[in-house]
Amino acid sequence: MIDLQHVNKWYGQYHALDNVTGQIKKGEVVVVCGPSGSGKSTMIRTLNRLETIQSGRIFVNGEDIYSPGHDVNKLRAGIGFVFQQFNLFPHLSARENVMLSPLKVAGMSKAEASDLAAELLTKVGLEHRIDAMPAQLSGGQQQRVAIARALAQKPPLILFDEPTSALDPEMVGEVLSVMKQLASEGMTMVVVTHEMGFAQEVADRIWFMDAGKILEEALPRDFFSAPKHPRAQRFLADILSPKMVGHAPDAAEALA
Amino acid sequence: MLDILSQYGMMFLVGTWPSGPVGGFAGTLILAGLGLGLSFPLAVLMALARTGHIKALRVFSTIWVYTFRGIPLVTIIFWVYFLLPVMIGTTVPAFTTALSAIVVYESAFLTEIVRAGLDGLPKGQMEAARSIGLSYFKAMRSVILPQALVNMIPSLLNQFVSTIKATSIVYIIGVQEITFSAQQINSIEMTKALSVYLVLAGFYFVACLGLSQFSKWLESQIRNRQLHGV
Amino acid sequence: MDFQLSFLMSSNVLPLLLQGAATTVRLFSTAWIIGILVAFLLVGLRAVPNRWIGRIVALFVEYHRNVPTVVQIMVWYFGMPEILPQDIKLWINRGDTEFLFAMIALGLNVSAFFAEDIRSGMRAVPHTQLEAARSIGLSAFGALIYVLLPQALRISVPPLINRSLILFKDTSLAMAIGVAELSYQTKAIENLSFRSLEVFFASTVFYLLASLALMGIGAWFSRRFPPAFKG
Repeated sequence: MIDLQHVNKWYGQYHALDNVTGQIKKGEVVVVCGPSGSGKSTMIRTLNRLETIQSGRIFVNGEDIYSPGHDVNKLRAGIGFVFQQFNLFPHLSARENVMLSPLKVAGMSKAEASDLAAELLTKVGLEHRIDAMPAQLSGGQQQRVAIARALAQKPPLILFDEPTSALDPEMVGEVLSVMKQLASEGMTMVVVTHEMGFAQEVADRIWFMDAGKILEEALPRDFFSAPKHPRAQRFLADILSPKMVGHAPDAAEALA
Repeated sequence: MLDILSQYGMMFLVGTWPSGPVGGFAGTLILAGLGLGLSFPLAVLMALARTGHIKALRVFSTIWVYTFRGIPLVTIIFWVYFLLPVMIGTTVPAFTTALSAIVVYESAFLTEIVRAGLDGLPKGQMEAARSIGLSYFKAMRSVILPQALVNMIPSLLNQFVSTIKATSIVYIIGVQEITFSAQQINSIEMTKALSVYLVLAGFYFVACLGLSQFSKWLESQIRNRQLHGV
Repeated sequence: MDFQLSFLMSSNVLPLLLQGAATTVRLFSTAWIIGILVAFLLVGLRAVPNRWIGRIVALFVEYHRNVPTVVQIMVWYFGMPEILPQDIKLWINRGDTEFLFAMIALGLNVSAFFAEDIRSGMRAVPHTQLEAARSIGLSAFGALIYVLLPQALRISVPPLINRSLILFKDTSLAMAIGVAELSYQTKAIENLSFRSLEVFFASTVFYLLASLALMGIGAWFSRRFPPAFKG
């Protein structure tokens, strides 16, 4: 479904993505982890062309998305994207946020879109806050609206860019459980996160990135029990060290 | 001052209307309202060009803004007075000349206001709108502009105040508005110039101060709403 | 509509234009100096804990901010002589009356805006900064020079420069009472010669270059001294 081939990106002198190559199959959940500044957010943002790349190719559903003339709106309409900072539209209610893409992109009728929005908001557990404005919702609720908004595009693939990093610790669980449910329904997901518990439980594969490279690609049980790359070993030691276990979210935040 | 106001009140308000064209303060408000209203669509286009990705448009709108911010309104009036009849091949009424000059002049300031409104939104708003598949223009129309416009309302009101004040110079080409009326009254009365011009100042003072205070109040309302939800 | 540079350079046009430009610059600089001096006076008066002084200063500021500059010029030029004592009127009339009144009106006008810009810069510095400065052993004067002013000026100077630009353009309004500044001379030459294109072009270029220079200084300052606290 996704195929990255020798992708390179520089910010001036800084090599943000260094020859990144990897494949993701339909129905897979891939968790991307690594220390802060390792290029994982940049990588996931290239998948729906929120970033430009300088060399290499990225195929989504067999189409070279950086080829000249590729329809970027069509590409994005087929991919859900969940941001760290939610990025809900503050002038629109939860329902209207979810309705916008069906209305303006898919050309659905208002009644249909409204029903779909209600259904999706119920699915993420917000049936009681359907007409709330974003400013009236907690961070966890806002992020669940954002997930519903992504689902409204009926995408075969959703990208999550640190979806729980901006949340208070007590709200992380509600968002992760929605994501677990999506995974169990067979959604293809790429998730940048520091939530190693989620990775262990839900991921089919782990990509470990550092300095713009994918250093290790492994099954979760192999990665967590016996990481091969020294930097992956250190990363795991840091993030899972006993004195930090009680404060795992804080540690994640410190790394973010 | 009161005698001037009671004797010439109507002339200050509407000029020589209904026997002549609408002038006086009504003329001022019409000129300022039309001026700002007509320059607004122009300013939105200029601001989009100025923040957009097409280099030629960006350069053009930047030159436009700097030029018309950099020369006095009087100079623009001279140019329109001289060029507009040549361009359209017929004589142009003074009101049209003044209005055209004001539209051009105000568009430069409005462009900067609209641009600030667009830049003031978090970058994530455009990214999120594009991520759900909206095109650039749909994202602008459904997500960015509605938010930016609400945030801009206080600045737009302040610009309306500036426009009202700016229109006072167009009497030099004989446009009927309140400063023109005051000149007429002064030439009738001859010896009460101070009263006449203080009454004139009073009209502007009340209207402009009222509008500026209203704009301040609106700004605090908008800020409150953003902090605490609707 | 052919453009003839030679017309601009002719001996009966160029001196008039240069005279106009010189008067514009003279009007701008004298009004600017009046403006900044009165502005500091206003800021000082506002700090006096007296309700009536505060109200009078507020009225002065609001009058000058909410009445068109050209009307302020007219009030001075047409209105003030009515209430001035005979001696002073005679003394004024011996000099360049139009220039004098335009200078006073423009100077007082800009002082109201300058005062607000200076005040907002001073208010933007949190008062804990003064406490912190004193607590590391700086004197009150030292705190002002090394800690408070550098922060306040970063806030105040850009709007002061922007307002100076507006003052520069507003000098053109003095043509309303017959001050022979650049706009007045431009119109006068056009009336005599009917060669609009050349004179309009020359005066536009003059205003534009001066304005761009001021904008450039403003942009340089904001880049060189970005505000320490986001307002």
